[in-house]
Amino acid sequence: MTDMASLMEDRAAAKVISDNLHKPVDWDSPKIARNIKKRYAAERRFKFYGLSAIGIALLALFVLAGSIGSKGYSAFFQTYVQLEVTFDAAEIDPDGTGDPAVIGKANFDGLIKQALRDRFPEVTSRQAKRDLYGIVSGGASYDLRERVMENPGLIGQTRKVWLISGDDFDMLNKGYISADVDEGSRRLNDEEIAWYDSLKSDGAVEKHFHTRFFTNGDSREPELAGIWGAAVGSLYTLMVTLALSFPIGVFAAVYLEEFAPKNRFTTIVEVNINNLAAVPSIVFGLLGLEVYLNVMHLPRSAPVVGGLTLALMTLPTIIIASRAAIKAVPPSIRQAALGLGASPVQTVTHHVLPLAMPGILTGTIIGMAQALGETAPLLMIGMVAFIVDIPGGALDPATVLPVQIYLWADSPERAFVEKTSAAIMVLLAFLVLMNGFAVYLRKKFERKW
Amino acid sequence: MSLSFLLLAVAALCALSFYFGRQRAIALSGGRYSNLHSLPAHYGMYVALWCGLPALLLVIVWHVFQGSIIEAMIISDLPAEITGDTGKLSLALNSISLIAAGNGQHLSVSPEIIDAGRRLASLQTIANAALVVVMLAVATTGIALSYRKIDPDMRARNNVERISRWIMITCSAIAILSTVGIVFSLMFEAIHFFSKVSPLEFLFGLEWSPQTAIRADQVASDGAFGAIPLFVGTLLITLIAMAVAVPVGLFSAIYMGEYASSKFRAVAKPALEILAGVPTVVYGFFAALTVAPFLRDNGAILGLDVSSESALAAGLVMGVMIIPFVSSLSDDVMSQVPQSLRDGSYGLGATKSETIRHVIFPAALPGIVGAVLLAVSRAIGETMIVVMAAGLAANMTVNPLQAVTTVTVQIVTLLVGDQEFDSAKTLSAFALGLVLFLVTLGLNVFALKVVQKYREKYD
Repeated sequence: MTDMASLMEDRAAAKVISDNLHKPVDWDSPKIARNIKKRYAAERRFKFYGLSAIGIALLALFVLAGSIGSKGYSAFFQTYVQLEVTFDAAEIDPDGTGDPAVIGKANFDGLIKQALRDRFPEVTSRQAKRDLYGIVSGGASYDLRERVMENPGLIGQTRKVWLISGDDFDMLNKGYISADVDEGSRRLNDEEIAWYDSLKSDGAVEKHFHTRFFTNGDSREPELAGIWGAAVGSLYTLMVTLALSFPIGVFAAVYLEEFAPKNRFTTIVEVNINNLAAVPSIVFGLLGLEVYLNVMHLPRSAPVVGGLTLALMTLPTIIIASRAAIKAVPPSIRQAALGLGASPVQTVTHHVLPLAMPGILTGTIIGMAQALGETAPLLMIGMVAFIVDIPGGALDPATVLPVQIYLWADSPERAFVEKTSAAIMVLLAFLVLMNGFAVYLRKKFERKW
Repeated sequence: MSLSFLLLAVAALCALSFYFGRQRAIALSGGRYSNLHSLPAHYGMYVALWCGLPALLLVIVWHVFQGSIIEAMIISDLPAEITGDTGKLSLALNSISLIAAGNGQHLSVSPEIIDAGRRLASLQTIANAALVVVMLAVATTGIALSYRKIDPDMRARNNVERISRWIMITCSAIAILSTVGIVFSLMFEAIHFFSKVSPLEFLFGLEWSPQTAIRADQVASDGAFGAIPLFVGTLLITLIAMAVAVPVGLFSAIYMGEYASSKFRAVAKPALEILAGVPTVVYGFFAALTVAPFLRDNGAILGLDVSSESALAAGLVMGVMIIPFVSSLSDDVMSQVPQSLRDGSYGLGATKSETIRHVIFPAALPGIVGAVLLAVSRAIGETMIVVMAAGLAANMTVNPLQAVTTVTVQIVTLLVGDQEFDSAKTLSAFALGLVLFLVTLGLNVFALKVVQKYREKYD
């Protein structure tokens, strides 16, 4: 019954179509013109959507770069305060021994405080004095000591010295703390701002290039905190990662591409590699925590453990890139080598691998760049500790650049915002360099067979 | 010194044995290499492999087991009142390792612990020294045995090639090993967890507050391990991310593939790829310090109460991160649609956009679905953005303006800092990890299947 009904319907539809087919279409009719106009408008709209999608993505990129740059550029400069410091012989070296051990133990902090009190003699109350000492950073006394150790002739003299300022004072000088805000809701009170104005009008406040940011380890004081410790930690971690994942990755790729028979084992390996490439990075962190720390008892927070964890993560990237590079070497090369009597292993090591090497290296560098930017798995294995010392080896506790960024981003001090952004700029600079090198390699050695 | 020094020593021994093996082969050949079965270098390599491989294996195995064996020895010497209580034991082990490292001066601990610390230090020294001795013994035995075997008729090349083949197979097996390692380490701790908390409560419970009392007399909540709020939060943020990434990614792919001039593509494509290369911690910082305050301030102008750790901020930024992922995958898929389909459509008078909407897109749809699923699995597993920009409180809400928490955020907060591997709180992170692993794995396998099936259709 339903068949019959649908057949009737089809017949009716066919009749309509055939009736219309006999009528010639009037291409100049206003109806067609309207229709074409509509379709062209839809076309333009569609094209505009596509363009604006790319625009949105690029806009996001610019906003990201702009916000990091505008927040961070000021961290490369640091406020210094000029004070007249009296290198009092009675304080530094009372017996006139000139012995560095005696000088090293002297109370340079006291000298700076004395200099501050001399500069602002009107400050008397205990609280106000404490605020006053905040103008100069706690790290300034070490600088002063070094200066005197280098040049003992300073003892007994009075000199104008540039001293590194405290973080709040630095923020005020950089304009991040505004004097117009209500006193209760800013970090510095009116008195401190008056001191700043007074120093500023004397020309005793200047911004210098902040080399310490590149040479120091982490610190609780923003003005003393630097990225060198994290950079060295990243270096050790990446060295371990590279030392493991490059040979293992290349060997695996060569085997799978050149020697592996098509059997169950090979299929399982291939499925595993593809899946590992898509496992969330934090799961690798859990693996590292359980296997390397709980089972193998390797040291916590050490670059070795970080490197081992990241090596497993970068392995799929390297294997996939290496396989593609090996596959791109034309079979004629292999046939020629085999024809001249080379063994399969010799063919691969003497001919295929050297020809595939640029591609393999490109993939490796990209994998290393990923590892350099990775944070989450390293949080799991304890690389988030607060570490002041520069790590001296792959077994010392260390942190890495992205984790340092995470730690600073969590710090409440205003001055750490600019440090974080500056550290991000350094990290991005490394990534750009690595990726740029990969692109260069590809362009330089790319071969069209 | 220990590890890197050892590895350097192994490398030096290998170089030496290569040299001597080669010299020996040359000497045996009597000046005519054709008297040898293989090239002299093969004999050198043969000796070097026999020296290096066993030594290297020994160093690895030794380091895998040294820590746990020494710890077992230390524990067996501790008094029963410490070993009976896991909390006390981990504390004692901590101080013992501090003392052994020479940093325990300020600790006020019982003499047994100090003794144990000294013993640990001496055991470690002994173990390291023993390793050096055993390794040298193994390496020299390997050299001696293989050196004596050198003979003009020995098939050195075949031997070396067989060994290197096995090395390559082992390297390929590491991919399987790490999957097995992931599954086992997650399962092991998750089973511990499920012996304390029932799986049903974990999967279907509506309340998540993992802060349990560490001591019996402490005032704290009992700990609730219902993971539904975390799943809801994860899905909410993923949904927001997809709402950004799918349309933007798809339309950019369409424009790049179908409309853009090659000049435009040469500039815009790498620029989009930059978005994929930015580390996630940078996105997290951007979300927390730029996007979230921006949303909060503008929400206040509109009279909306936007939380400073809103799901919206984290989701939007995550969406931006995933745009290049979606766009490059769907670009691949759409470029595989055969040209004949396009030509047919143009021939019937369709405009470009009509061809894309009615021909290319439906033809590429399975592949695009696969790409989107891969992107979803990316978003679910993404950690740093949500750790920095989403909240910690497990609110059960679908309001994007409020703070929610996700599975990955909870894993990080539960495992960063002190860990006790006997409390449900720490173990729950592994249960969450297991769920995360299984879900992403399922999504990936399914998505790859879809994409593959689609590929076959047009190959």
